[in-house]
Amino acid sequence: MIMFIQAVLLTLLAAITIAIVRQRNLFGVVILAGIYSFLMASVMIVLDAVDVAMTEASVGAGISTVVLLAALYLTGSREYPPVHSVALPLFISAVTAGALIWGTNELPRFGTADAPIHKHVAPEYIDASRKHEMPPNMVTAVLADYRGYDTLGETTVIFTGGIGVLLLLRGRRKRVKNDAERGETAA
Amino acid sequence: MTAFEAIASHYNYYITIFLMVAGLYVVIARGNMIKKLVGLGLFQTSVYLLYLAPGRIVGGTAPIYDKHYEIYSNPLPHVLMLTAIVVGVATLAVGLALVVRISEEFGTIDEDEIFARDEDQ
Amino acid sequence: MKLDLILRVGTKLMLPFILIFAPYVHFHGDYGPGGGFQAGVIIAAAFILYALIFGVGAAQRIAPPSIVERLVPLGVLIYAAAGLPAMFSGQGRYLDYGVFGHEFAHAHEWGILIVETGVITTVASTMLAIFYAFANRGRQ
Repeated sequence: MIMFIQAVLLTLLAAITIAIVRQRNLFGVVILAGIYSFLMASVMIVLDAVDVAMTEASVGAGISTVVLLAALYLTGSREYPPVHSVALPLFISAVTAGALIWGTNELPRFGTADAPIHKHVAPEYIDASRKHEMPPNMVTAVLADYRGYDTLGETTVIFTGGIGVLLLLRGRRKRVKNDAERGETAA
Repeated sequence: MTAFEAIASHYNYYITIFLMVAGLYVVIARGNMIKKLVGLGLFQTSVYLLYLAPGRIVGGTAPIYDKHYEIYSNPLPHVLMLTAIVVGVATLAVGLALVVRISEEFGTIDEDEIFARDEDQ
Repeated sequence: MKLDLILRVGTKLMLPFILIFAPYVHFHGDYGPGGGFQAGVIIAAAFILYALIFGVGAAQRIAPPSIVERLVPLGVLIYAAAGLPAMFSGQGRYLDYGVFGHEFAHAHEWGILIVETGVITTVASTMLAIFYAFANRGRQ
């Protein structure tokens, strides 16, 4: 049953992706991207990744949509038809897809418990968090305690991103050269 | 193993590869900068799927300790992807700020028009 | 005008629940899904919703951009400073949570709490500052 739900959700994801690629109205693209994020959060719940699903739903479908709409309001909202032919990008994409499919055929079946990924570090984290009486949520225990340095770096990256946006967008708009009549209102 | 079994056991990875290649195609082939950033976001979310799918154990549960369950899905990809999602939105914000400044400078956000205008100046 | 009224009343009803949900997600991050990142984004979403419905000016009277921009590095500072007591008291290395209490489990819970407070501050104020930056660019 779980596999059936997962297959349906993944197929819906692929359909939304095709719609995003072909849609030319950027407002529609932004709304489709929000739908895509919610579907991705549902897929993540089926994959037992509940923390990641909450983050993807709030960040991907919330903040991303707001910031994209704000940028769309400040620029334009129509995408022009492509000038160059799409044969070369399609060829590159097909070759990349073929190489990746050939590579992932060697991966173990979905959901096996004796895949190599479950053998080395993960059982140590699970056992250590039980032995040390850490909080029950193992993801928080690993994120904030066993791998605290990585989270410090991640917080610094968010801080740097915020500083970058503030540096770019705070401050007065530069007067465009052929905009002298409207220049007075921009000051 | 029949063909249906072969596809069903790897269906996750095939959809992940399709999303990845679709994002790559949007970044390469479309000229509008906001569309490129959305395509980059597509690519990033497919990478999240690529990490999270092998971590799941069928018959296990989410990695939150409960005394009724013995087997837990792998918590390590969850931690890494939590970081990746938040970093992704930070880079999206910086990219969109750059697009806003480019549009104020050139009046358009289409790549071909900007190249043409840049050569004229 | 009618639609505007529905949005305003609906937002006024929803905002307190959103603002309560965020600390719930933060503090219950130890026992269920959640943590600092999700809670920070939910707080920012509450303020952004207020700004979308009632105007950016009204939101800026409540959460002035100068204060929000000062909160952004404060979270990183809290996180980095939580690692220093272990180093200076000689009991461990940087980011060792053992100095926050006597028992191992309690000390680590305190450490996780302090660190997640830094995370929630930075994430919430960064998302709100980014929204203010984009919104104020268009109002000039």
